[in-house]
Amino acid sequence: MATDVTAVRGLGFVARLRARYGRRAVPYLLLVPGGAWLLFFYVIPLAQLAGVSLQEGSFETGYEMTWRWSNYSNALSEFSEQFIRSVVYAGLATLAALIIAYPLAYFIAFRGGRYKNLLLVLILMPFLTPFLLRTLAWKVILADSGWVVETMKTIGLMPSNGRLLATGWAVVAGITYNFLAFMTLPIYVSLEKVDRSLIEAANDLYASTATAFRKVTFPLSLPGVVAGTLLTFIPAAGDYVNAQLLGNPQQLMVGNVIDSRFLRVLDYPTAAALSFTLMVAILLLIIPYVRASGTEDLVA
Amino acid sequence: MATTTAPTATPPVEAGNGGQGGLVRFVRRHVLTAYTIGAFLYLFLPVFIVILFSFNDNQGRFNFTWQRFTLKHWGNAFGIPNLFDSLVTSFQIALISAAIATTLGTLIALALVRYHFRGRATTNLLLFLPMATPEVVLGSSLLAFFLTLQVARGFWTIVVAHIMFNISYVVVTVKARLTGFDRHLEEAAMDLYATEWTTFRKVTLPMIMPGVFAAFLLGFALSFDDFIITNFNSGQTVTFPLYIWGAARIGVPPQVNVFGTAIFVITVSIMFLNVYVQRRRA
Repeated sequence: MATDVTAVRGLGFVARLRARYGRRAVPYLLLVPGGAWLLFFYVIPLAQLAGVSLQEGSFETGYEMTWRWSNYSNALSEFSEQFIRSVVYAGLATLAALIIAYPLAYFIAFRGGRYKNLLLVLILMPFLTPFLLRTLAWKVILADSGWVVETMKTIGLMPSNGRLLATGWAVVAGITYNFLAFMTLPIYVSLEKVDRSLIEAANDLYASTATAFRKVTFPLSLPGVVAGTLLTFIPAAGDYVNAQLLGNPQQLMVGNVIDSRFLRVLDYPTAAALSFTLMVAILLLIIPYVRASGTEDLVA
Repeated sequence: MATTTAPTATPPVEAGNGGQGGLVRFVRRHVLTAYTIGAFLYLFLPVFIVILFSFNDNQGRFNFTWQRFTLKHWGNAFGIPNLFDSLVTSFQIALISAAIATTLGTLIALALVRYHFRGRATTNLLLFLPMATPEVVLGSSLLAFFLTLQVARGFWTIVVAHIMFNISYVVVTVKARLTGFDRHLEEAAMDLYATEWTTFRKVTLPMIMPGVFAAFLLGFALSFDDFIITNFNSGQTVTFPLYIWGAARIGVPPQVNVFGTAIFVITVSIMFLNVYVQRRRA
């Protein structure tokens, strides 16, 4: 009760409501507008999506609910390739982003000094150009006659008829780039929190720099690594912009299929089944990951 | 350049650690510095391309190979039909959805930080899940919802969708600000006979305002740049990202790069102005 008294302070406009509905109602009144919005436009649509995924029919004759579970097996067997590709590309992009972002975050946290904030702003800055323009810029960079491809051919990293654009590599590169800030910032935050005296203690106990990093700094930065990988993997697995703009039609991801089934083929049940499967698959992947790494407080 | 800046950035506290360790550390420091510079170059390369190609005298419809410098696209920025309209539409949607999401999200953040109530865990889950759901699922589930209710898609369905995905980000941002601030100030105001409403208006609100403002800017940016969710719920309405997407197939006019550059310059200026103002206040 004591906490309630202090808690109510400061929220003056609530006083009248409190008089009318009692103190306990106040937090709920604050929650209702936003909560209702999420209920109506997040929870119910997801249920709706699950419903549509079990319908039968065609766009011309209309769709009807028949609990057609075979939509799932049909969709998954027809598009297993795109599904697996999404997971693989997202996984590769997440790994690449981690390799690029961790040293970057480490540098800012430990060597940034008075330029820390400036460096953080510089990390965010590229993301102020529109997403699609950034992705199209990679089309220029990775173009067949561009300097990246030419250089790789000259130094023998690529055969003379090789190309990057319209390959899986271009798609993975695009995804890696587009979600890099989501990887860097959480890692930076957890590295920033690492108590410097712990590293000093490890050094005092004759741990080499590498050992101190391996045994102290890295384990303490794990919450950031987990958050970063999740924040990269989830949007990456559902992305279809990079595959569409940088890949070729043989390398579509599950997002491309959901988009075209919903918006062009108008095959709603298949699209809904794929979409719902993607959602469940991602939850099944991330819940054990979050649990195992002991970073549940990220959720709260 | 790296060799001249690195020593000033880090004070030489760990110098007395033996010759070999010092050498290893020296190499390691500069490898890391070089890596960081490389990473920043990588980050800015596409931005550079976007800006550069707004000055490209492109031949034909596509703007993918550099020809020569021209200012003609900047002079004719408004010359492409529908392009500026799409920007205005995006601006309106971002403004409306960020304002509403900021209001709804701030109320939730206040409830979560200031009150103990049943259903807190459920609320946290409800806020976390939209952030953990891929955009393609968010977009397609809303489409399934609108299709079932036979709601015509357009400007307002986009607004509704953007408010939905923005709420969680607003809550996270405002909560971070609320948790860190001193409650004694509110208590002091109450001790000085301020009413609860006055305390909220004169103490609480000004203190959380930077958080609320940051949340609004974040929501605005997320809404303005959203493509996937918008694509599912747009109907005939064309936002700026949808315009680029449509144009990508037949050749994006360089004027899109002109506006992309302008957006970049304006938002970067706002960012630095914000840092400057906060530093002066502090």
